[in-house]
Amino acid sequence: MSIARDDVAHLARLSRMALDDAELDHLAPQLDVIISAVARVQEVAVEGVPPTSHAVPLVNVFRDDVEWPCLTAEQALDQAPAVEQQRFRVPRILPED
Amino acid sequence: MADELTRMSAAALAAAIAAGEVSALEVTDAHLARIGEVDDAVHAFLHVAADGARRAARAVDERRAAGDVLGPLAGVPLALKDVFTTTDMPTTCGSAILNGWRPPYDATTTRRLREAGVVILGKTNMDEFAMGSSTENSAFGPSHNPWDLTRVPGGSSGGSSAAVASFEAPLGIGTDTGGSIRQPAAVCGVVGVKPTYGGPSRYGVVAFASSLDTPGPLARTVLDAALLHEAMAGHDPCDSTSVNTPVPPVVAAARQADVSGLTVGVVPELGGEGYQPGVLARFGEAVELLESLGAKVVEVSCPHFTYALPAYYLIAPSECSSNLARFDAMRYGLRVGDDGTRNADEVMSLTRAQGFGAEVKRRIMLGTYALSSGYYDAYYGKAQQVRTLIIRDFEAAFEQVDVLVSPTTPTTAFPLGERVDDPLAMYVADLCTIPSDLAGNAALSVPCGLAAEDGLPVGLQIMAPVLADDRLYRVGAAVEAALDNRRGHSLLDEAKGVA
Repeated sequence: MSIARDDVAHLARLSRMALDDAELDHLAPQLDVIISAVARVQEVAVEGVPPTSHAVPLVNVFRDDVEWPCLTAEQALDQAPAVEQQRFRVPRILPED
Repeated sequence: MADELTRMSAAALAAAIAAGEVSALEVTDAHLARIGEVDDAVHAFLHVAADGARRAARAVDERRAAGDVLGPLAGVPLALKDVFTTTDMPTTCGSAILNGWRPPYDATTTRRLREAGVVILGKTNMDEFAMGSSTENSAFGPSHNPWDLTRVPGGSSGGSSAAVASFEAPLGIGTDTGGSIRQPAAVCGVVGVKPTYGGPSRYGVVAFASSLDTPGPLARTVLDAALLHEAMAGHDPCDSTSVNTPVPPVVAAARQADVSGLTVGVVPELGGEGYQPGVLARFGEAVELLESLGAKVVEVSCPHFTYALPAYYLIAPSECSSNLARFDAMRYGLRVGDDGTRNADEVMSLTRAQGFGAEVKRRIMLGTYALSSGYYDAYYGKAQQVRTLIIRDFEAAFEQVDVLVSPTTPTTAFPLGERVDDPLAMYVADLCTIPSDLAGNAALSVPCGLAAEDGLPVGLQIMAPVLADDRLYRVGAAVEAALDNRRGHSLLDEAKGVA
């Protein structure tokens, strides 16, 4: 057992996914199997080997500092679930008290 | 005539249109009719844009009538994976969370296709957010393999591979993160190419794993794939990882189709136990064929390739868990439970639980785990070091050989439903393709025959160094020509799933 059901429930909370019990029961054993399989990377002797985050080594690519056209407010808001006063309307983000 | 048009290559169609032997509109209508005939059975498309396609075709015909010189693919229809943004069509990525989404801008690839006069027929099915090897993770139902409708077309670009193999379109576009172009190409009996990372632009490609995602062509011939590769690739200032070097001469290489003087390396780590006998048999014959065509064949060990799969399933989910955080129910896409009583956090969590499918949830949680403090060094950090060792394996191999070869995938197309609830069995489909994604080098799959035991297509994978994409086409076209010549017809003529 590499990961317990409670740990999977915690991962779901961190990932902002409100999974119900049935889904946790289904996914937790699968994640356990996957994590056991990927743990094989720990067998490899990697001392002194630098990590690769990107296959093509590019650093700090800048474009010229010139104006480009960008989306209008109407375009940006066009697919929003809710709009108010030309802004994205979102549910409250702070507790009421 | 219509049937003839759908059987033609992209190169032949473009030539016929340029010569005025057929109009772009007739070509488009023939393909739309074919989609009408077979797509209920194949389900390659999530959205067919008949009006837009006809408009684009008419524009090509008008340009020709006005005396414009047309590009090499002008008027040729294409099936576009639903991960590329399109302002005039929905873009769903096979996910309920983006159902009906209309992006406000075109992907660079979309824009380049339009400028080249390529006619976009519609958007093709895919595993949700490109995570999967069968299209069964699509929220809109799976696509079916044109060789046998009870089997998967591969994935994640399975809609595009099925569209090309069923003659709904001569060209398709996919994205390859762990094999998502080459594996569906192999199991559908078509050509698929993962160009060097950074060759084609990622701008407007909804991100899965940004250090791996690579758009590329699918086609029925190596030359057609090269023509599309050239139309897609090239530096894009909108993508900070786009390489600013000339596009490798892929079309010239496909026309050269000659392997004499090349050294080909067989990777022993990509074969043996766990591989279907019919796959290994066809692969062995392909290697003998290369030798008979004048290539020198040697064995080159790449010892760390056996760790590519576990490294990939740490790196890709880690990047995915970060990228998919953008689906927050606030600015676009699905929003669930916003009834005035719930706060943003609750709405976000309900939306993501309802909007994402099981595989996406598994990968988001796996990535969150691999990146969490306490586990980072043991998982994500180790995987990044293994990635370096895989790159070194490739570098050492390419000091000895010009290209490497392997089967594209360990088995032929598997039955729909067989692996859908067994994630590890599904992941193994990408065993041979993952190393080139981690290293960023170019790789191609070309059909090399049918497995004796099930009569389904087998793919030969060819791998070339970073930015040496032209070698893939040189070798791939030579294999294709020799096999077509030996067989007397193209392999796809034997596909019996759709008449």
